[in-house]
Amino acid sequence: MKDTENQETIQKEESMVLQKSMIADHFDDLSEVKNSGKKVVYTFVPGNLNELIWSFDMLPVHPEINALQSGMRKKSGDYVLEAEKYGHSEDVCTYVKCDIGMLKKGNIGPTGKPIPPPDLLLLSYTGCFTFMKWFELLKLEYDCPVVMLHIPYQADGKITDPMVEYSVRQLREEVIPAMEKVSGKKYDEEKLKKFLASSSRAEANLVKVWNSAKNRPSPIDAYFGGVYYVGPIFTAFRGLEQCERYYEKLSEEVAQRISIGEGPTTPDGVMKEERYRLVVEGPPNWTSFREFWKMFYDEGAVVVSSSYSKVGGLYDQGFRHDPNRPLESLSEYCLGCYTNLNLPSRIDYLEQSMNNFNADGFLINSIKSCNSFSAGQLPILRELEKRTGKPGGFIESDLVDPRYFSPSNIKNRLESYFQMIEARK
Amino acid sequence: MAETIEEMDLDQLLSFTETLYEDLNLSYVKEWKEKTGAQAIGYLPVYVPREIIHAAGMLPVGIMGGGDNLEIIRGDAFYQSYICHIPRSTIELGLSGRLDVLDGMLFPAICDVIRNLSGIWKILFEDRYVKYMDFPQNFKSEIGGKFYMYELMDLKAGLESLGGKEITAHCLRDSIRLYNQNREAVEVLYRLRSDSPHLVSSFELYLLMRAGNILEVSEHTRLLDRYMDLVIEEDRPKRDYIRVLITGVFCEQPPASLIRALEQSGCYIVDDDWMLGARYLLKNVSTSEDPFKALTLSYLYDGIPNASRYIDQEEKGAYLLDRVQKLKADGVIFAAPSFCDPALLEQPMLQAALDKVEVPHTAFKYSENTGQFQVIKEQTGTFADSIKLWGDQ
Repeated sequence: MKDTENQETIQKEESMVLQKSMIADHFDDLSEVKNSGKKVVYTFVPGNLNELIWSFDMLPVHPEINALQSGMRKKSGDYVLEAEKYGHSEDVCTYVKCDIGMLKKGNIGPTGKPIPPPDLLLLSYTGCFTFMKWFELLKLEYDCPVVMLHIPYQADGKITDPMVEYSVRQLREEVIPAMEKVSGKKYDEEKLKKFLASSSRAEANLVKVWNSAKNRPSPIDAYFGGVYYVGPIFTAFRGLEQCERYYEKLSEEVAQRISIGEGPTTPDGVMKEERYRLVVEGPPNWTSFREFWKMFYDEGAVVVSSSYSKVGGLYDQGFRHDPNRPLESLSEYCLGCYTNLNLPSRIDYLEQSMNNFNADGFLINSIKSCNSFSAGQLPILRELEKRTGKPGGFIESDLVDPRYFSPSNIKNRLESYFQMIEARK
Repeated sequence: MAETIEEMDLDQLLSFTETLYEDLNLSYVKEWKEKTGAQAIGYLPVYVPREIIHAAGMLPVGIMGGGDNLEIIRGDAFYQSYICHIPRSTIELGLSGRLDVLDGMLFPAICDVIRNLSGIWKILFEDRYVKYMDFPQNFKSEIGGKFYMYELMDLKAGLESLGGKEITAHCLRDSIRLYNQNREAVEVLYRLRSDSPHLVSSFELYLLMRAGNILEVSEHTRLLDRYMDLVIEEDRPKRDYIRVLITGVFCEQPPASLIRALEQSGCYIVDDDWMLGARYLLKNVSTSEDPFKALTLSYLYDGIPNASRYIDQEEKGAYLLDRVQKLKADGVIFAAPSFCDPALLEQPMLQAALDKVEVPHTAFKYSENTGQFQVIKEQTGTFADSIKLWGDQ
């Protein structure tokens, strides 16, 4: 069944409608910047400084989100090929190539409306080396300033004072002055604090949603459904009132599902039977997202926790944006994103997820072009099997390059994996 | 057999470098440790401040993967096929006990693969000193410089605790002097090759630079000096080769025989970025101020533009173009390890800079265990022929 046909069968909950309208409004705002005079900031999801951007009344754009949206709308394949025509290697990150390809083809965004060029490239280098090269590439394409926020890596599994100090000083002495210059507005810390307070409330509700997966059946899918749940908070909306509203609504809907013992909502309706509870590591494939998800829910497999839904913040570990320490808190947020954790910390986190959510198994979707996630996943798999005694599975695909999604191969592997879990139960 | 470097003839000297290159068991390091009773610290590409290791009385040892002579048995179980080769061969070296001679290992911030390898190392070798060296991408002394100072102090503390010896300013300044001398010798060698590429073959230069990963720094400087003294006396034929720069080779290394194949295809390599760590600082480090501060300022202001370093103010590719012009190169060869994010993401930007001023270039990928060079050789040979035939048009 085609995705478009499939879409008609989704049961639209209020939170879904709300999110859809938030996204549509945001893209409308972006397409209207010529008239509104608003400034546009391109930046990345992990370690994004949304509240700071909004405090200057600027509009954020996240190239990875455009890329994954292009993937879901079957446009990324052409964009990737377009970038490869310009000399970009087949070996590198397909988000980058999708973005470059989209740019070369007119920068028409996923909703069909043009995305305005940036007034500022905010290079938040957090947990992914490619980010740095990505914005160096964009710098050649756009006539606008670039400001770098370099976030140190948590190599020893902890955030140290020098790391925070380094990040705060960059915010204070590099990022904020650049934003003041571009926006023509003075830094307003009180305004920033209000956004941060709002973020903190939204984050608390998101954590309730994550924790709901401890129920049997889980009322949510924390991977496939999870990517929708993190939509507002990971992208343009964290800090805004509508984002808070979204998470209140979502939290209510999930509580309602728990009260009636209902499983997660899938594209084919409510999942009937929960047979396997999984923890998943790694981003999903976007080009065949629905097909990929169906391979799970058809077998009664629900993802109770995933690392990918933590790339934009480990709120479940207690982090909250703190309006009383605005710049320190933004720095600690950036430092704490999942891909900025060292490998032992990632293993600890995944083990904890296995235990907290009573998972039956652990699955890695290894992404061909994402070294930040993928390099080291095989030892992660072995270590987790050793520690938990639960079976680990391993599949491979890519972010937005459709050439690297092999449905029959993945389905076969998943079926064998589910049998393995069954045998170990 | 010659007793000292100064007694070696050219064949003996080159044979010595080849032995060091091929010795995956690090026999030299073992002997050095037995002789001195001191410790050895490994480091991965690209750059670490070796001066600090040296000042701790330890031997810095550059690990550039396993090359084409190492059979990978365990390493492949750690990495998917779409990850570059150097981490799997490094794991293989580690798990096979070949790196047991190293008391610690440094993993510099260069890319996500090496970054994550630092975590794997912590798990596999719990009893060893392991440090991920973070390098600031902010180059202001009061911001990035301050953070880098913390990193250097952390390294200092780690090495002092491991070796039980304080790293004093005096010792560090002495080490900086020795590395400055080495930097100068390397620079002279590179200039000699560029001026007389028929005399200094890149294959030989490569082996000499690789020797710098292993040898104690003064010994390496003597080796370079001796080589230059000998090679300028050689009568080697000048060939009708083109002059090329090779770039992208700063981490996982091509097999040395691939370098020889490139030369044989009609290319004089007049500059390169292999062993970039030894040339990372473009100027000598000051010995007249606090040595930690001096190392910090050198990193901030004198670091060579490369793919792992954020280019803030300067135009992308400006350094490469400058080298092309200064060295009168006819073209550029982009050689990148398969799946190498830094080299491959950098490549289109550098190519665009070359295209603007019509500098010819060609590109190929390799891995450290590439065994078949014929296709690459034909490609670079055709590149050389095309420049010779149509280069001036």
